[in-house]
Amino acid sequence: MSHYIPPTHETDPDPLQGRSALIKGDPSFAEITEAVARPIEMPHKRWILFFLPALALLSLLPISLGWLFWEGIGVWGNNVPIGWGWPIINFVFWVGIGHAGTLISAVLFLFRQKWRTSINRGAEAMTIFAVICALIFPGVHVGRVWAAYWLGPVPNQMEMWVNFRSPLLWDVFAVSTYFTVSSLFWYVGLIPDLATMRDRSKTTIRRMAYGFLAMGWRGSHRHWVNYESAYLLLAAMATPLVLSVHSIVSFDFAVSNLPGWHTTIFPPYFVAGAIFSGFGMVLTLMIPLRVWFKLEHIITIKHLENMAKIILLTGSIVGYAYSLEFFIAWYSGNEYEAFLFQNRAFGPYAWGYWIMMSCNVITPQFIWFKKVRTNPKALFVLSIFVNIGMWFERFVIVVSSLHHDFLPSSWDYFSPTIWDVTLFLGSFGLFFTLFLLFLRYLPLIAIAEVKSVMPRANPHFVDPDKKPASRDHHASHGEVSAKSEPEPEPEPEPEPEPEPEASKDEPEAKEEAEPEPEPEPEASKDEPEAKEDAKDASESDDTPEAEASSEDHAEDADADEDADEDEKEEEAEKLLFSPPPSDKTDAKKDGKDNG
Amino acid sequence: MGKRPKSFGLLAEYETPGDLYHACEQVRDAGYAAWDAYTPFPVHGLEKAMGLRASLVPWIVCVMGFTGAALGFLMQYWMAAVDYPLIIAAKPLNSYPAFVPITFEPGILFGAFGAVFGMLGLNKLPQLYHSLFNSKNFARVTDDRFFIAIEARDPRYHTEDTTKFLEETGALSVEEVED
Repeated sequence: MSHYIPPTHETDPDPLQGRSALIKGDPSFAEITEAVARPIEMPHKRWILFFLPALALLSLLPISLGWLFWEGIGVWGNNVPIGWGWPIINFVFWVGIGHAGTLISAVLFLFRQKWRTSINRGAEAMTIFAVICALIFPGVHVGRVWAAYWLGPVPNQMEMWVNFRSPLLWDVFAVSTYFTVSSLFWYVGLIPDLATMRDRSKTTIRRMAYGFLAMGWRGSHRHWVNYESAYLLLAAMATPLVLSVHSIVSFDFAVSNLPGWHTTIFPPYFVAGAIFSGFGMVLTLMIPLRVWFKLEHIITIKHLENMAKIILLTGSIVGYAYSLEFFIAWYSGNEYEAFLFQNRAFGPYAWGYWIMMSCNVITPQFIWFKKVRTNPKALFVLSIFVNIGMWFERFVIVVSSLHHDFLPSSWDYFSPTIWDVTLFLGSFGLFFTLFLLFLRYLPLIAIAEVKSVMPRANPHFVDPDKKPASRDHHASHGEVSAKSEPEPEPEPEPEPEPEPEASKDEPEAKEEAEPEPEPEPEASKDEPEAKEDAKDASESDDTPEAEASSEDHAEDADADEDADEDEKEEEAEKLLFSPPPSDKTDAKKDGKDNG
Repeated sequence: MGKRPKSFGLLAEYETPGDLYHACEQVRDAGYAAWDAYTPFPVHGLEKAMGLRASLVPWIVCVMGFTGAALGFLMQYWMAAVDYPLIIAAKPLNSYPAFVPITFEPGILFGAFGAVFGMLGLNKLPQLYHSLFNSKNFARVTDDRFFIAIEARDPRYHTEDTTKFLEETGALSVEEVED
């Protein structure tokens, strides 16, 4: 594995992709496995230096929760007009962070953004842990935690059901569904990599633990077909789900009748904000990790730059939403709305508002400069500002809208207590503890997915040094291609066919089938009509092969294109000969008998 | 042949996805039925080289998804309009526009269950033991090697002939795997 040509599209950009390699240095498959698995097998000594502080932070969580359960939510700074306070701010903050993982995994997957493969595993883990942190807050904000099951439609002694017309209930369903689906998505993605860890493990305990979790995955392609289908569908379902979740979170506010909350812009604005904060957190985590884990060739500057661009986009959407809120407050002529927004920017919480504005609106604009967005240190600082800014956004939305109620007599100022702070810090402790455990025991990079986007993963990838050898193996294919080369679709080679429709596809199939089974292809050429019919019908077309062997120079042609062609042609064939798919085995048997 | 009852089949090892791809085409065209390719990652287009059918997972997801959505709506209808009819905010009992989110979410939830458990079910996983794990070389299937296994239960299987056939497809090595 010493000699490889550099990825062809670096020198010769593909017209569709036109991009340089996602993975730098053109490593072999084994090197990718090694790079990802080594930090797990030989953990860095520094790991414990991070883990202990995280555990210390985590210890704040049971303490603050214990005191809360003992004493009641009076220990918080929540008061009468500001009934939501920090718990709901923190809930929205964590749920927002929890959106980047699924966005990277699902939305970018559907858009065929291959760069996602280097960061999706870590981002998905971040999502799940962030959602766990988020779920704590509304769970304990109910006050009587022992009655928290009232949140769900659970049969109870009062013979009452929940109110399905309330957005707060929608939220329960949305967030718990989101948590479940994200976990499933993450686990499905992990299965092949768990198998990798199992096959590399040196100790019995590891082999049994990873083996149990990998469920006996053995890379069977018959399994991969179902796997890829399931993964694609999970992505397709997670995409509307991720949009729905933060829309529904925004309904918690927007469906109420409160100035500052009652706006139709909230769902898209919240979704953009969630993506913004989620990518901020991904950058915060990934920038140091790629250095510590020596993964700079897998999580490249290009990946950081792409994420920075998404931050710029969503940050600008958020900035636009902030200004539009102000515009509507004036344009609607609603005096409550107008008062609220003046109060928000210049009232007692102006400091929060301007922290939010500077962190969320001004900071991302630096990403316009290439120097900034290709500089990991600058991006790291910027991502911290994004995290801070997005926490303050929720603070401003919750507190500044609530603190001046409709009745001036009940106006109040909100200050958090120490227990608000410790609970929030404790949730960070939980997040970092879980994330560090993930780093310690599970592969940070989706090994199988990264391999699959490398140029050499394409079956048509040609290694110039290797070519003669592989040519020898497939001399027969060389012949085939010689025939089919002039035209991918050798139209009217007029074989006397019963169905004119079919004749179009037939010649190709025949040529391909010719050299294959028997030593004397010429002889079999005359009769294999029926056999090929069956085979052709049940099996796929043969263009990839023809292309593979005929046009070596075009081998780098991007795989997706191939696939599209294949799919189109296959579909055409299905239309022509639409036998029930179960014919396949019969076809095989027929072929066998003939042979 | 005497070994047949004890033998799972033959395992051929390939170095690159391209080698595997072409070998799969040859195995497919030779008419074997009980065989499979094993790869560290999904090799693009291999299902065509192997002549596999499309996955059934989408159908499972479709059925499960619509079931989930229907159950979600029926649950809300029954609880809000039948079992515990309570007028809230002067809305009709069956205020279906408000039921949309909790119709959508169970639909996604059930669909996701269908995708994951349907995939596992179709793949007959979890299956912690498999004969192929008896092969030492096979451990590299999750790293950087590509394999084809033709199983002994295939009617066309013949230890010597199939070995020869697999060697001719460009395999680095061919070994017999115990069951």
